[in-house]
Amino acid sequence: MLQSIIDEAPRFFGYYNLLFLGEALLNTLTLSAFGAAAGFLIGAALATLRHPRLFGFLPFRILSTGYVELFRRIPFLIKLMCVFFLFQIAGLKVSMYVVALTTVILSAAAFSSEIVRAGLESIHANQWDAAETMNFGPWRTLFRVVLPQAWRVILPPSFSFTIGFIKSTSIASQIGVLELTYAAKVLNTKGFSAILCFGSILILYFLICYPTKLLGEYLERNLGPSRRRPA
Amino acid sequence: MNYTLQYGQVVQFIPYLLQGAWLSLEIATLSFLFGMAIGLVNASILHFGRGAVRWPVQAYVIFFLNTPLLVQIFFIFFALPDFGLLLTPYEAVLIGMALNAGAYLTEIQRAGFDSLRRTELEAAETLGFTRVQTVWYVILPHICRILFPPLSNQYIIQVMTTSIAAIFGVEELTGRAYNINSQTFRSLEIFSIAALVYVGLTIIASAMLYGVGRKLFRVRITAF
Repeated sequence: MLQSIIDEAPRFFGYYNLLFLGEALLNTLTLSAFGAAAGFLIGAALATLRHPRLFGFLPFRILSTGYVELFRRIPFLIKLMCVFFLFQIAGLKVSMYVVALTTVILSAAAFSSEIVRAGLESIHANQWDAAETMNFGPWRTLFRVVLPQAWRVILPPSFSFTIGFIKSTSIASQIGVLELTYAAKVLNTKGFSAILCFGSILILYFLICYPTKLLGEYLERNLGPSRRRPA
Repeated sequence: MNYTLQYGQVVQFIPYLLQGAWLSLEIATLSFLFGMAIGLVNASILHFGRGAVRWPVQAYVIFFLNTPLLVQIFFIFFALPDFGLLLTPYEAVLIGMALNAGAYLTEIQRAGFDSLRRTELEAAETLGFTRVQTVWYVILPHICRILFPPLSNQYIIQVMTTSIAAIFGVEELTGRAYNINSQTFRSLEIFSIAALVYVGLTIIASAMLYGVGRKLFRVRITAF
């Protein structure tokens, strides 16, 4: 068993296979990076829409809350299918990569919105009142008072959620986006042993996710709100 | 865009879909329970063990937390037969999800163990509690309060994750949505209904867990 894998390894890690895996790795990385970044921006916008001090307008809050609650509760695979068929019905000829990216952004927006909301809520309401007393407008309060303190709460969990988005991009293989999981399936179909195909991409995923997780933990240790209350 | 949504053709399949939802819940519950067992053993090892005993457990947790569940199940389903272990799709999905949940639940339960204070146990001993009484009246109420919110979250995540089973041909909610899709070609309709069923399931689960948490452990949670 082990011998046959060792015999197969040089052929598996040949030039063209490595090129193929490299391209797939790049797609996985860009999918999750762009998806998480764009999703974070949209999520932050959604969180501000929900915030009672910034937009008192009730329909905005209902829409934003509804979006977040809905999209957090739909599995990624179902979201992917819905987006895929929506694009098809709308008659837009887009690549599968765009479909997958849209789905990652949509779900990242919902999850990031919760993180940003938790960060904004970690700042005591008194500070909003205090800023208002000093004649700060709501937006100036957000950018000058709340965000400088809240970003320490927002950033660390964003990294741990990014791992979740990296992992869910593997589901995009279902619609044929050339990312790591799809590459492994193709190589497996070409006759390479499943242990090599899936084992090597498991290691690649690990090499992407684990440093991200360590970065998040590092930030949490060093940015996290200090335990001591200021005198 | 000249497509009209026609739910009429799909409505008849809703009972079929809901039976799939039942299977989803079954997979989620079973894998959660297996995961709890794995997590309990591992958390005990991490909490009480010293040195090298902990390394395999730590390696297991770190590896399973940082790789996608889908690829883990692919590996179990396609690579283990090479070692002579042939699994049905249902078994492969169940084992994969249990191992994956086990890693998350190890982390959660370890945090619960670590939250126990030595002084609490000493106080119980001072009051003349027996070992069983200490576990029943001191340790369990404390740990349940701490663990209930993250565990309920994990269960709801587990319910949504079951959709991955469809990729391996298990006929749960998503798998049945695929089936109906290939019969009727009313794709958007059927997948939007499936999405709503998932939303409904998780909201019901959240509400029930909220009720249970308040009644039994006096914790106010908003699960998921």
